[in-house]
Amino acid sequence: MTDVKPDERGYFGRFGGRFVPETLMPALEELEICYREARDDPAFRDEYRKLLKKYVGRPSPLYLAERLTDFCGGARIYLKREDLNHTGAHKINNTLGQILLARRMNKRRVIAETGAGQHGVAAATAAALFEMECAVYMGEEDMARQSLNVFRMKILGARVVPVSSGSRTLKDAMNEAMRDWVASVDSTHYLVGSVAGPHPYPVMVRDFQKIIGEETRDQILDREGRLPDCIVACVGGGSNAMGIFHPFLETGTVLVGVEAAGHGLETGKHAATLTAGSPGVLHGSLSYVLQDQEGQIQLAHSVSAGLDYPGVGPEHSFLKETGRVRYTSVTDREALEAFKILCRTEGIIPALESSHALAEAIKLAGGMDPGQIIVVCLSGRGDKDVETAAGTLGVEL
Amino acid sequence: MDGKIRIAGAFARLREKGEKGLITYVTAGYPGKRQTIEILKALADAGSDLIEIGVPFSDPIADGPVIQRASHLALAGGVKLADIFDMAGSLRKHTDKPVLLMTYYNPVFRAGTGNFVRKARDSGVDGLIVPDLPVEEDGPLRAETGPAGLALIPLVAPNSSDRRLEKIAAGAEGFIYCVSVKGVTGSRKEITTDLKSFTDRVKRHTGLPLAVGFGISGPEAASRAAVHCDAVVVGSAIMAALEGDGGLTGAIERAGRLAGEIKEALKQEVRDHGQYPHQPQVQK
Repeated sequence: MTDVKPDERGYFGRFGGRFVPETLMPALEELEICYREARDDPAFRDEYRKLLKKYVGRPSPLYLAERLTDFCGGARIYLKREDLNHTGAHKINNTLGQILLARRMNKRRVIAETGAGQHGVAAATAAALFEMECAVYMGEEDMARQSLNVFRMKILGARVVPVSSGSRTLKDAMNEAMRDWVASVDSTHYLVGSVAGPHPYPVMVRDFQKIIGEETRDQILDREGRLPDCIVACVGGGSNAMGIFHPFLETGTVLVGVEAAGHGLETGKHAATLTAGSPGVLHGSLSYVLQDQEGQIQLAHSVSAGLDYPGVGPEHSFLKETGRVRYTSVTDREALEAFKILCRTEGIIPALESSHALAEAIKLAGGMDPGQIIVVCLSGRGDKDVETAAGTLGVEL
Repeated sequence: MDGKIRIAGAFARLREKGEKGLITYVTAGYPGKRQTIEILKALADAGSDLIEIGVPFSDPIADGPVIQRASHLALAGGVKLADIFDMAGSLRKHTDKPVLLMTYYNPVFRAGTGNFVRKARDSGVDGLIVPDLPVEEDGPLRAETGPAGLALIPLVAPNSSDRRLEKIAAGAEGFIYCVSVKGVTGSRKEITTDLKSFTDRVKRHTGLPLAVGFGISGPEAASRAAVHCDAVVVGSAIMAALEGDGGLTGAIERAGRLAGEIKEALKQEVRDHGQYPHQPQVQK
């Protein structure tokens, strides 16, 4: 891992790149230069770190979940509490970084795509704070299952644009956001919410999210005097996972990415892109995608709107191929079970996305030694999901 | 025949006749597989000089509502790449006019660039237009289209810098597709881009013919755009003409009439202005 990743063309091994209409190329070049300059600018770094501290409430706690540990009867389980961030998920780390870049490029309008609504809320929040116009593209299906977040975005002053094409979920919201951007590129910054999309988004979003892993490393060293044996994170596009994994890539810590197996891999109704997909080009980068023999993108399925995406960030594809990260998947049912377990043992309502990571961690911890340490990235809180959970669990509200 | 030569020949003949060219786009498989080939033949007969066949894609990010809808319906109707190569083959037997495939990159990547290009060439396709494949990423495809004699036709946009235009023009083949608007495909009431200064900038970097496309709604818009280029591309307006009553006959009649009217306007444009604004060179 001594090579710099990505290379100057945005490639992580054979994954990444920039597959977009020519109209967007100048904007990506501008963004890349702006980001490179900002990264090396102490004033930018200082402003960003201050926002994370004073506005987001970082560092987020690394919490030893003792009752969950007892429940599993194995490794000590720590939760990296991204759910305690302002707006309730890790997404705000990225939107604040990008809104500072938008301001630096003199753009007064931002657009975003959202699945579960967490990125949309984080984008709307950053736009409100920096007095920018904000439009959030969201699939109609997701608007129905995440109505609370739709309302939050509206209260924050964003325009939520319903997307009725295709599967009416995250994939189509991203298509529509890209179409907006092609037409508005002079005045608008596209605030991509994950480590997906064309270069420089995958590396830039990772860099804004790697604060999660950096804090985890310091906190666990402080508490335990050593690095964890294992870190588990959910993977949709993969930003919380890249954020927590990245500072550990060159350590011996076992890294596990958990995708959404939906109704089960064998049913074809899932969102396990790395586990069951193949390399392809979607939304501007070459990475694993869910596709048919003809190269048509297939619909994903997950109970969790945030994981319901048939693509994944290119760095994850690279880490799968090198074997540095192990990718696995858990079903809707397993994730809901983990959701209930965390509520009952710890009094923490996790996001359905994060519940996928929890489900895998619960499986793993039971088979590990009590002297071992496992960290779960609790990427978001589950208030937004109680309606979905109630529906799936057969409860009427 | 080598595709690049066929395309160059088509532009040379247009120039000899003192006409501007019409390039029509149709989504393959819309409204159904069987109908597409009849529509393509009818457009060739109605005055289209180069014929673009669109490969429908599940996620057409460069397309507006008309082509999105057509792509969705075409895929729902089960059109496959094998069908599209068959359509190209039938059209090749029907006409000597250049046949171009417009496709997003993933169907090419999935099929394998070598395999895709071989099948395209064998079915008589002369060139490829890939809207989400910028010059920085076109190496693997170019390595296949070059030896096969297919033109890899690049797109340029009004906001492409001179540095980018130079790089794109250096590797361009067939013609250069000038995207007339910042935005997705689909008819506009008016094209607000300063086409003169845009195409003048492009011409400084190339001797190849220029085609202007995106947003050309009908004869008038085509005529206005043609002042600055060698051909216009009409897609969404043709696709919109295919929608409506009267079955295949009605659809073909409407689309054919539109193509004919645009072609007439393009001939008129050269008569009015008396000359070509730009002398395209036949590519070696």
